[in-house]
Amino acid sequence: MSDRITPEAVAKVAKLARLSLSDDELLHATHQLSDMLDHFADIDALDLDGVTPMTHPTPIANVMREDIEMDCLDRDEVLAAAPAAEDGRFRVPPIIGLDD
Amino acid sequence: MSDAITSEWTFRGYEMVVGLEVHVELATRTKLFSASPNRFGDEPNTNIDPVTLGLPGALPVLNRQAVELAMRLGLAVNCTVQRSTFARKNYFYPDMPKAYQISQYDEPICIDGWLDLPDGFRVGIERAHLEEDTGKSTHVGGTGGRIHGSEHSLIDFNRAGVPLVEIVSRPDIRTPEQAKAYVSELRAILVAVGASDAKMEEGSMRVDANVSVRLPGAEFGTRCEIKNVNSVRSVGRAIEYEAQRQVGMLEAGESIRQETRHWDETDGRTHTLRSKEDADDYRYFQEPDLVVVDPDPEWIERVRFSLPVLPAARRVLLAAATGQRPDAEAILVVTDRDQDAYVLAVAAAGGDASRALVHVKEAFADEGARPSVPAAALATLTRMEIDGELTATQAKQVLAELAAGGGGDARAIAAAKGFEAMDASELETMVDAAIAAQPEAWAKYCSGEGKALGALVGAVMKESRGQADGKAVTALLERRRDA
Repeated sequence: MSDRITPEAVAKVAKLARLSLSDDELLHATHQLSDMLDHFADIDALDLDGVTPMTHPTPIANVMREDIEMDCLDRDEVLAAAPAAEDGRFRVPPIIGLDD
Repeated sequence: MSDAITSEWTFRGYEMVVGLEVHVELATRTKLFSASPNRFGDEPNTNIDPVTLGLPGALPVLNRQAVELAMRLGLAVNCTVQRSTFARKNYFYPDMPKAYQISQYDEPICIDGWLDLPDGFRVGIERAHLEEDTGKSTHVGGTGGRIHGSEHSLIDFNRAGVPLVEIVSRPDIRTPEQAKAYVSELRAILVAVGASDAKMEEGSMRVDANVSVRLPGAEFGTRCEIKNVNSVRSVGRAIEYEAQRQVGMLEAGESIRQETRHWDETDGRTHTLRSKEDADDYRYFQEPDLVVVDPDPEWIERVRFSLPVLPAARRVLLAAATGQRPDAEAILVVTDRDQDAYVLAVAAAGGDASRALVHVKEAFADEGARPSVPAAALATLTRMEIDGELTATQAKQVLAELAAGGGGDARAIAAAKGFEAMDASELETMVDAAIAAQPEAWAKYCSGEGKALGALVGAVMKESRGQADGKAVTALLERRRDA
């Protein structure tokens, strides 16, 4: 396997994505991500001077809508689908501590 | 006022280096990427749709009007409008249901502008980019709605997806007064071009301040970002406190940690909120659900030519008409209240612009509004003042009566009040009587005690029942003394 990414870096990305990985899963993900980075290295090896980086697969630009109001979702129906609600609002656990 | 803005700010030899990030909610009808209303103050969670809630499969579609308003604002602060793209800024927070905010990152719509403060000081603008606002959290339990110690939070997504423009200044600001003037001027421009109602008290304009300190000429210091600055006055207070705090730390041999700090209006301090995440931690990448925004030159020029006369140019016009400096307080206040056109209308109706400016400014100080008097009536009134038919005090009384009646004939009101230009000899008689009645005050005044003047002028004013012109009385007393 290549070592284009370290298990530590993968663990950091997993934490940022709120994914909890076992040691085995971490190793597995490290292998997979390294393989992907190998593919990108193949592209890097090409001479791409003068090629504009492509950010979108289509050349379309300026897809916009007019500033016109449309119907909203029904609040009661939406909140009924939420894990918890109170006073017409979504109820969520305390926010501080999410990063720990 | 100009002196205050340009004056130096240093603290124990250090100077502050400040850049401001101003978020403004754009005055669109609907959200940035969906058709729910963009409306402040509605019942919680009534302006929501699948895009706002980040429901699976929901796709964003850009609001053309939001782009147009961003262009208006950008062009008004001398930016270049360019081809731009959207990116995902990834982070977890309950007020962001998608777990990312759609923003513009490396290719913002507006770049490289500037804003001139009323005194001429120029603040560079690095960029102005479009992004979506987040929902609003209410923290329950704990003390005073603070996030710390709260038991749970309640989320209202009405604000989520509301179009924002973030205007990022260059770190050009060196004094609290400049920071306040920048925010005031930006707000005036936003309102003038119709981009936003820019109400700091309702949160439609929010200011974050990046503050560092350094010895003049040294490299930039480590900066802290100050959040929760909710008024123009707080902007000045918060950055002054923060700069002094940093100087204190440096003098104590400590180093500044790059972090986000929260301004507390009540205790007048900043507090650590969180250590700054590296930009990399947001894992920005191009938003695959949105295409490039590339306004053609025709659209850009159409927007540019549709811009109104901006506050700075209006102040110059008003200053020229009234013989003041463009950054004089009366000019700033009257233009800020959108009454410059009224003052110019008074002048156009044959009135005196300078006296009209004074009346409008005083009316705002006293009543919070301009006199509700047709420009022609105020024109007559100011003419009478200039011609010496009314004193400033009398003019104010006539104006009050005109305003109470929604207009009327200034001359008739003045006559009914018995305000007539006092005969010169009549005034001289009164002045001589005042001198004779108060020999001590007269002696003091003659020996150079300026304070004694008040008693003499006061006696004449009393005798004339307020109809004498204070300036004329003073001039007459001076003439008697120097005779």
